[in-house]
Amino acid sequence: MLTDFALGGRWPDLARDMRRLQDEMNRAFGGFRLAVPAEYPPVNVWVGADGAIITAEIPGVAPDQIDITVHQDTMTLRGKREPAAPGKDGTVHREERATGSFARTLVLPFRVDSEKASARFERGVLILELPRPPADKPRQIKINPA
Amino acid sequence: MTDNTSAATAQTETVSQAPTFLPPADIYETKDAVVMLLEMPGADPQSLNVTLDKRTLTITASAKPFAPQGYTLVHAEYEDGNYERVFTLSELVDGDRIDAEFKDGVLRLTLPKTTPSPAKKINVRAA
Repeated sequence: MLTDFALGGRWPDLARDMRRLQDEMNRAFGGFRLAVPAEYPPVNVWVGADGAIITAEIPGVAPDQIDITVHQDTMTLRGKREPAAPGKDGTVHREERATGSFARTLVLPFRVDSEKASARFERGVLILELPRPPADKPRQIKINPA
Repeated sequence: MTDNTSAATAQTETVSQAPTFLPPADIYETKDAVVMLLEMPGADPQSLNVTLDKRTLTITASAKPFAPQGYTLVHAEYEDGNYERVFTLSELVDGDRIDAEFKDGVLRLTLPKTTPSPAKKINVRAA
């Protein structure tokens, strides 16, 4: 990976290069089935005839702290991961869990019936059921006999 | 506190097809306890297993695979599987009073420290 300083005249974006390298490594060695989760939270999307189910791993966030909005075919998840507070006299040994605000938007291939959309939170996994409006569902058309 | 994960995974062999993940952990210490927070989203509380053998603390759990009927997985960024992590504790911990709580996919372990036994003076008999 070579960066030409003379041509562009810009500083190389090291963070971006690192991310790209990481993505390439993941693609080379990781399972091809898994997309590289660049964003938080990681989601799985299930699609059926009745609509979609989106699951997201958001451990440690209280269910009432997750904000979900659905508009037409767009679903947005927002929330904040609070850091564990060790208290005044506490010392931190390890801090591997990420903290901070997150937001994620997914666009589905169909409109969502926002009235019937439902969400539940089970053991750190958010399960969103997004049904299609009946008018939007594919309809079978019969051929009239000539 | 040492993380013995690589050594532990080398010894055990997974029989099931499900992958085993290393749950990210936060560890902090207060005056009288060591608190550990481990992220294990989707883990079945029934499968959670925390064992303390001398100074080796082992945490295992497994997540039930989520597969709704009539739906196909079209996009995947995470997998359901097992969780396993092994720690070696440097502090003396009271094994009988360990408190474990699993809430919103995070396991919170409170390990109370044992009070160190006072140094004992041994009298030497002069022969």
